[in-house]
Amino acid sequence: MALLEVKGLRAKVGDKEILRGVDLTVNLGEVHAIMGPNGSGKSTLANVLAGRVNYEVIGGKVLYDGKDLLAMKPELRAREGLFLAFQYPVEIPGVGNAYFLKSALNSIRRHRGQEELDAMDFMGIVTQKMKLLGLDESFLGRSLNDGFSGGEKKRNEIFQMAVLEPRLAVLDETDSGLDIDALRIVANGVNSMRGKDRAIVVVTHYQRILNYITPDFVHVLVNGRIAKSGGRDLALELEKRGYGWVEESVSGASAAIS
Amino acid sequence: MTDAADPRQPYLADFPRLEREFYKDDPAWLRDTRRNALARFQELGFPTLKHEMWKYTNVAPIARTRFTPAIAIPGNGLPPEKLEPVVFGKYEGSELVFVNGRFSRALSSLRNVPDGASVGSLAQALREEPAALEPHLAKTAPFDANPFTALNTAFLQDGAFIRVPNGKVVEDPIHLLFVSTSQPEPAVAYPRNLIVLEDGARLTVTESYAGLDAGVYFTNAVTEAVVGEGAALDHYKLQRESERAFHVATLEIEQGRASSVSDNSIALGGGLVRNDVNQRFTAEGGDLSMNGLYSVTGQQHVDNHTRIEHLTPNCASRELYKGILDGRARGVFYGNIIVHKGAQKTNAVQTNKNLLLSKEALVDSIPGLQILANDVKCRHGSTTGQLDEDAVFYLRSRGIDPETARSVLTYAFAREVVDRIQVPAMRATLGVLLVSRLPNSEAVREAL
Repeated sequence: MALLEVKGLRAKVGDKEILRGVDLTVNLGEVHAIMGPNGSGKSTLANVLAGRVNYEVIGGKVLYDGKDLLAMKPELRAREGLFLAFQYPVEIPGVGNAYFLKSALNSIRRHRGQEELDAMDFMGIVTQKMKLLGLDESFLGRSLNDGFSGGEKKRNEIFQMAVLEPRLAVLDETDSGLDIDALRIVANGVNSMRGKDRAIVVVTHYQRILNYITPDFVHVLVNGRIAKSGGRDLALELEKRGYGWVEESVSGASAAIS
Repeated sequence: MTDAADPRQPYLADFPRLEREFYKDDPAWLRDTRRNALARFQELGFPTLKHEMWKYTNVAPIARTRFTPAIAIPGNGLPPEKLEPVVFGKYEGSELVFVNGRFSRALSSLRNVPDGASVGSLAQALREEPAALEPHLAKTAPFDANPFTALNTAFLQDGAFIRVPNGKVVEDPIHLLFVSTSQPEPAVAYPRNLIVLEDGARLTVTESYAGLDAGVYFTNAVTEAVVGEGAALDHYKLQRESERAFHVATLEIEQGRASSVSDNSIALGGGLVRNDVNQRFTAEGGDLSMNGLYSVTGQQHVDNHTRIEHLTPNCASRELYKGILDGRARGVFYGNIIVHKGAQKTNAVQTNKNLLLSKEALVDSIPGLQILANDVKCRHGSTTGQLDEDAVFYLRSRGIDPETARSVLTYAFAREVVDRIQVPAMRATLGVLLVSRLPNSEAVREAL
């Protein structure tokens, strides 16, 4: 059974329909890249999957592990193993990184019927994962994303993902704003998470990050629909030729239909 | 002339009797001060919404309630365990306890008070060392404009007197705990504190005001703090009166050359609360950090008025007041920084931030900056809003339920002020108090 099945998903923000019938199937163990020009609906898709409130689903369905994902509240999705790495992580002064992450981890563990972790066990888990993301110890004592550089915020997202160990991780433009060193660290963190019990969806405008995280499948989202799917080569072709030719082939196709 | 319906009347009528019974041993200067203050109260009367300084707070409920002076209530020995809900846990320091405005020796304890320092009851100091009080008492807190300060001055009886001599350091904090107990009739107490730091002295002092029962009572408190050259005062206040209580308090601070003061005022309790903090730099090089947090709900009304006066050059003040308003509560922040002519190189920042947790809650925020000098760095700002829904979603997207997320974010908002408290026992107590008022407090408690 597929881990994620998106069927004819339509969603709008305000009065504007952004997703106009998305179909996507993701199986455990796979890494999918979703690419597309600005405004094509990439981030909307990521946010709808995570359950953001200001996105209104107007059609289609999403099955996660065979269950109706859209009927679940955001916190339930997270506890069921869905993780969104935010494009713009929110700064929350006054909430410590360590406290926040321990609460999150324990709420997920409770849901799974596992015992809650105390501070000692928690530290044992995070120390090694911080090293992986190149985060030093002072990081845990700081407020959540407060005053973090763009790169630190993105590293923190991947660090959270490493600690929470989701079954489905959706990375929303995690590469944007990263210099090459930070990109390598983040990609390294993501690669360490690849495995048969997990699926990863990388949403990105640029193919650059795919040099480090090799996808099994590449989809091009144009105008709220998946216009083209393929393998790794498709990303390289997009880099060479831009998005124009895919957009043209889509509008050509719809012109032929009408 | 006054008549029975005149709200001033009971106070004017009580005075001669109290003077005969309780103030008869006062030094002559104090007797005159009391009479002048009462006369001034008679002239001013209770303020109404027409007064600029009282525009947002209607004190009519105070004016129309007949309060018995607490001094006339027979003192009863309060068992120490009654204090347990309102003392700081794991506190190491001195504690002076006042029950219905009167010092209780049995409940109080002193630790590590340096030689030559006075730490004790104002009533006792008035009997034993009136000359030490005369230069300061009622000199720092003017009663010409504020009728409540005038009333307190006319009826003052007890409170704390702390004097730290030249260069002395009081290592352990001093906690002044004012508790009110329920009386058959509503009572009024007039706590009066005088804090004198001579040059180079250092002190940390906390005032707590707490109700032990749910009754109606009125606390009208005045604290005067005189901070000498190079001296440092950390002053805290934790107001947690009963929910039907009236609390009107004024803190007056005078700062000498190169002195440093931090004032941190926390208001959680009371039904109708007015808190004035007035500060003056009287010489160069002073530094002031003035912080406040008010967190109210239900029908509570809390009004904070602050005034910082830069009378001299080269002083710095940073002010941060934060409010959390839930239910139908109403909050007021009225801040006024005055940079007088000639107060060059003043550095002043004033910030007020309010968090509204319900649609019915309301806050009036009136930041103010009057600049009469031309070489200064000053700014002020005020924000009022609700919880950031993006932040709520961020926490939910990590598995945290929305109610806990909201509580965590509310506590996080308060934390900026809580973290400035340098008395660990008070900081911990406040953290617990704030969290226990939030939904899902168990889940939030881990945050402490």
